Amino acid sequence: MSEIALPLFLSLLIPLALVGMALINTGLSRSRNAAHSVLSSLCAAAVAVLAFVVVGSAISGVAGQPAHTIQIAGKDWGWSGGGQLFSHSFRASDTHGLLTLIFQLFAVSMAVQIPVASGAERWRLTATCLSTAFLAALLFPYADYWIWGGGFLSQLGSSYGLGSGAIDAGGAGVVQVTGGLTALVMAWLLGPRQGKFTADGIPTAMPGHNAVIVLAGSLMALLGWIGLTSAGAVLYYNADSGQVLAAVINIVVAASGGTISALLTTRTRFGKPDASLTANGWVCGLVAVSAGAPFLKIPEALMIGLAAGVIVVFAIEVVELRMHVDDPAGAISVHGVGGIWGLLAAGMFVDRDAAVSGQFLAQLIAVGTLLGFVIPLAYSANYLINRFVPQRVDAAGERQGMDLYELGAGAYPEFVTHREDFLRR
Amino acid sequence: MAAGWILMLAAVAMLTSLPSRTAFCVAGLAVEMLGFLLLTRTHIPKRKKRDV
Repeated sequence: MSEIALPLFLSLLIPLALVGMALINTGLSRSRNAAHSVLSSLCAAAVAVLAFVVVGSAISGVAGQPAHTIQIAGKDWGWSGGGQLFSHSFRASDTHGLLTLIFQLFAVSMAVQIPVASGAERWRLTATCLSTAFLAALLFPYADYWIWGGGFLSQLGSSYGLGSGAIDAGGAGVVQVTGGLTALVMAWLLGPRQGKFTADGIPTAMPGHNAVIVLAGSLMALLGWIGLTSAGAVLYYNADSGQVLAAVINIVVAASGGTISALLTTRTRFGKPDASLTANGWVCGLVAVSAGAPFLKIPEALMIGLAAGVIVVFAIEVVELRMHVDDPAGAISVHGVGGIWGLLAAGMFVDRDAAVSGQFLAQLIAVGTLLGFVIPLAYSANYLINRFVPQRVDAAGERQGMDLYELGAGAYPEFVTHREDFLRR
Repeated sequence: MAAGWILMLAAVAMLTSLPSRTAFCVAGLAVEMLGFLLLTRTHIPKRKKRDV
């Protein structure tokens, strides 16, 4: 009983990160889309769980159990778990496998929130669910198996002497980069919100409607990230109690560092600190440190967090100004760019049993794998989905607001806005 | 992008020394970035020219 208590308790903290992310996404949307935003988060989580249970768990498998491999140059490369559909391969006696499944269900629910954030205010609910099903059934499970489940990325250490293989205790790669790259793909396919860019390509500000819930969501996400990273460390890296405690400290330190550096960066650049970017700095600190949190020293975690806070501010600018991508919640920068920084930083700072030669290369290969696997597949699949089920709401619906157009009711019925939308012209 | 990824995996499988593996993995990443750049450029809308 005692061996399941800790990972179970830690895994049960992860839904707090879901709540936090949903609040951040909703707060950074306009009020006319608030209910739709949080409903999309809820439905995405539900669809993700079902898709993972039906299909994804067969691919992600469990470390140590039979898997599908291919022989390349005399070495076995694990490319897929050997589980069965509908999670039939999990037995009641296999407590480790069941704990892993619980963790994976929460982790995939978290990953699918990221594209929902980037598609806010224009992504139809039906299309959101279809795209989420693809992400949870195929994209996430392969990343999960390759890094966590004993696949080829985790085998880089034992097979090719590259450190300890790709390390990702808290899902910086599996959850955040996978979700962040999918978010970028969705932002490309959906296009920007109406009025976001002028004819000259200059972005206009579209502030969120509630900074309070953005910041409250950021605080709530802290507990979820502690659960995610610590549970991942215990389940996949056999972390002892000291490493779990170190992970908690490093996560808090990195988030704090990210907040302060984002605050100072925005104050320096814009004359006043920006609340939403500071919140993004907090979350980016969480994302960045999650890859190696159990194995880092406190100063290293602080440096990672400080860098994450600066990186996210500039990344958001690059995404909006240079790439002309409309990302209402900054999800691409926070989770995608932050996750990549986290993976690389883990390679630079982690010291596991002094076998660190090649560790950075292993992390680099993990980054390259996620880039080369997620973007082409996510783009192809969502492009195909768009041919049958339009992903983007039409112009009239976008102007009226997703709440009224798709749900028939707004989140704030006492506030009367855009009265002219209700009058026939 | 997929080609760059495969290049990275091939470098790991076929090369033995760490420096050469690193060099070719970085090359593979550069190919991926090239593909990413091209994909990014296709999604940047053409701006209307102002009459000066």
